[in-house]
Amino acid sequence: MASAATADVTKQSAAPGWGQRFFSLARTLLRRPSHALGTLISLLFLVIAIIGPLLAPYGANEQIVADARDGPSAAHWFGVDTLGRDVYSRVLLGTRDIFTLAGIGTLLAVLIGTSLGLLSGYRGGWFDELLMRFFDSVLALPALLLALLLLGTLGPSRQSVLFVIVIVYIPIVARVVRSVVLSVKTRSYIEAARVQGESSARILFREILPAVLPALAVEAALRFSYAIFLASSLGFLGVGVQPPSPEWGLMVNEARDAVSQTPWALYFPAAAISLLVISVNLLADGLKHVFQMDGER
Amino acid sequence: MASPLLQLQQLAVSYKVGRRTLDALRDVDLSIDAGQTYGLVGESGSGKSTLALAAMRYLPANGFIRSGSIMFGDKDLAKLSPEEMRARWGRQIGFVPQNPATALNPSVRVGDQIREALRLYSRDESDVMEILKQMRIADPARVARQYPHQLSGGMQQRMLISMALSGNPHLLVLDEPTTALDVTTEAAILDLLRGAQQMLNTAMLYVTHNLGVVATLTDRVAVLYAGELAEDAPTKELFRQPLHPYTRGLLDSVPRLGQRKDVNRLRGIVGQIPALGETIDACVFAPRCPLAIEICWQKRPTLDAPTPDRTVRCHRWPEIMAGDISPSRAVEKSSQVTKQAANQVLQVDGLQVAYKMPGGTLQAVRGVDVQATSGRTLGVVGESGSGKSSLARAVIGLVEPSEGKIDLLGIQLPKRLTRRNRVVLSHLQMVFQNPEEALNPHLTVGESLSRPLITLRGVKPADAKAQVGELLAAVRLPADYADRLPSQLSGGEKQRVAIARAFASQPELLLADEPVSALDVSVQAAILNLLADLQIEHQTSMLFIAHDIAVVGYLADEIAVMYLGQIMQTSPAETIFDAPYHPYTEALLSSVPPPDPFVKQERIRLEGELPSAVNPPNGCPFHTRCPRFLGDICVEQKPPWRETEDGKRIFCHIPLEDLLRDQTDVLQFEGAKKS
Repeated sequence: MASAATADVTKQSAAPGWGQRFFSLARTLLRRPSHALGTLISLLFLVIAIIGPLLAPYGANEQIVADARDGPSAAHWFGVDTLGRDVYSRVLLGTRDIFTLAGIGTLLAVLIGTSLGLLSGYRGGWFDELLMRFFDSVLALPALLLALLLLGTLGPSRQSVLFVIVIVYIPIVARVVRSVVLSVKTRSYIEAARVQGESSARILFREILPAVLPALAVEAALRFSYAIFLASSLGFLGVGVQPPSPEWGLMVNEARDAVSQTPWALYFPAAAISLLVISVNLLADGLKHVFQMDGER
Repeated sequence: MASPLLQLQQLAVSYKVGRRTLDALRDVDLSIDAGQTYGLVGESGSGKSTLALAAMRYLPANGFIRSGSIMFGDKDLAKLSPEEMRARWGRQIGFVPQNPATALNPSVRVGDQIREALRLYSRDESDVMEILKQMRIADPARVARQYPHQLSGGMQQRMLISMALSGNPHLLVLDEPTTALDVTTEAAILDLLRGAQQMLNTAMLYVTHNLGVVATLTDRVAVLYAGELAEDAPTKELFRQPLHPYTRGLLDSVPRLGQRKDVNRLRGIVGQIPALGETIDACVFAPRCPLAIEICWQKRPTLDAPTPDRTVRCHRWPEIMAGDISPSRAVEKSSQVTKQAANQVLQVDGLQVAYKMPGGTLQAVRGVDVQATSGRTLGVVGESGSGKSSLARAVIGLVEPSEGKIDLLGIQLPKRLTRRNRVVLSHLQMVFQNPEEALNPHLTVGESLSRPLITLRGVKPADAKAQVGELLAAVRLPADYADRLPSQLSGGEKQRVAIARAFASQPELLLADEPVSALDVSVQAAILNLLADLQIEHQTSMLFIAHDIAVVGYLADEIAVMYLGQIMQTSPAETIFDAPYHPYTEALLSSVPPPDPFVKQERIRLEGELPSAVNPPNGCPFHTRCPRFLGDICVEQKPPWRETEDGKRIFCHIPLEDLLRDQTDVLQFEGAKKS
């Protein structure tokens, strides 16, 4: 009997390390063309967000009055708007804006939402009931309407937009996390941890959280794409980031009046929004696929 | 002799998975005569379901027949078009799947589903009632109007069998039809199949991993291993003298009713079945075979016929047949430890567990008293809904009992888990049923094992590593398993780690809730022996819960039989199989198919369905189904505990003398009793 277990056909000798695991996941992510494209474009935007100021030939609000209303040319790739600002530079510089706004907003929403979801799902009872009903009422309002309502009271500013993104996305993230917690918490290994006297904090963050991470990564990517969309929409409506920021939604708004004279000032920032939202969505889709494949192994 | 009904010749089946082609069956020869009951056994992964599906050409989309023929009558099914196959399915070949819950349409009344089958087979649609009566359904008109979810698993399976038989097929293929059912229900279904077969003269291909079912039901058995036919013989001959070491191993893995850990150890089979698609150019069983010699590793054995009636694929069958060598492995004797004075570890009094449900309160445990002593095992046996798991969960603190007292080592335990201190927690540990869920998939084995050491024993994290190695060694796993993730372990290995984790805090009481029911029989034996060894070593008290009375009888010292939240009988394990019994125990014992075709078994079947635990019967809980029902007294009064001289306690109104007079031993061994 002693040899019963040693005669084993499993060939791997130890658990793969994190690096190895990351590369195998990345390889799966890049296997499908659409996922690979989404990932690459998202990364490209990220790079622009970081080194944008180095690439931009002009400042965001630098007015080259002589070239005002010029169409796309070798000197001004995306043309010049009515005030004589270089659209290419503004789009490049706006990338950082949108990334910080949507990125920090999503990050905060994910952090708070995950904690609430973990707690709510694991504790259950009245706490769960209360929180979920509250979230239901928040989710009953369309995101944009809720955002307008909040901005009406807070006043339009960058901080307000950030706050809105966080508030709007906390319930969504919390629900995704909670649903995974509910399915995991009845498993024997959680019960085993409980009868071994593990603390709730350890059970939540060490035993349950790893099971939540795949769903959370997908959700975070999706939230990020919607946050970009939301921030731009608010900018476009004039209640978000205020001029003269090179925020894409705001740029579209500003170019709207002169669309017959300088259509490029509208098209390029609008295209940037679409491209980034679509590619982040594709990335989220790819992540979902990756974790599914990983789960089936 | 007439030509066989179904004849598989050199059948090979493969699955396409991604870009790989995995061989599931290789060169299988099999023939089934009209009216014959043919058993197909093997561990999971042996290819038995694939063979059953291939025999009726009903493989999943990625499966295909690579070579060989499937002669059904004078036609080769492998060459027929889908239309021609469709004309045969149902009318000539019927199929009963494993899981009745997913095989019935949940939105159509069962009567209408049977009617649809009848219409398809151009039979009179008004035959529905007659068919249900043949299925021995007490109230066919009512059942026909019900939806699948309103029926019990046993009733659902009856519906599927009636549909499969309504086309009067020549062959009925059954894929583990009773695996999901309780034994008393299983016994009724097997009776039904036997009856139907005699009446309709249908041949059956019965796929199962349960050797008991094979022994009691079938005429012939084929043993599959890793996609190859290991042995094929008439059932009685196979059980009398298995010629393939694998068959012998399987037979030695399942506890016979009455087999005991200290007298006659289970043997099991070392190692595990090769993964699908591994190509082996030798005997597939050689890595696990106790008799493997040089040639077994070099050359694939041919399928030989030792007698005209049986075939075997083994190099050494002539020696085995002559009795020169025996495939039974030598078994290490259990380490005999001087029995220490047994002190009481657990005392449970009047325990009640209730769950609040939308339709009322489900009374899972209704007043249970049990004791457990050090170094001994209390086995709790019962069917689903008996409350046996709730009992264990209340003791460990995972559910809060509504009434009752739990004492551990003479100290009353708080009911709530969070109120119990580290000392209490360390003295009470549990092994769970499903090995797939027992370990956190994101933690390595070493991390999982070091946690109880750190939290409950106060070991410093730096020192835990060395002790993890000791724990692994205690459950016969190599120390380098500490770096593995659960996904790299087999089911049996996971359960070993779970056992090691439970023993890490050196508990006084170990609760084991069906720890082997999810494992293959060959692995089951090793886990049971491991539990027995560790118990002797640590003098741990154990509460062992299982639905299989043979398994409980093998491992336990004391046995409690539960029904509907109450204990019906307690007895020393040695005498559980001897009369007198509680009428429920009697029915249970007569329902378990013994893995031995030479055992004579009393036939007692329970009528009706298990009463709802939301509204349990008054008086004796068993009175609604009791074959020895006395009368009003059983309905109105709670039965007394009656004690026999040899230590049995029976919860019944019938006086012991009457039980003794009316009952004989349910199991009687015919001829020489085998080891």
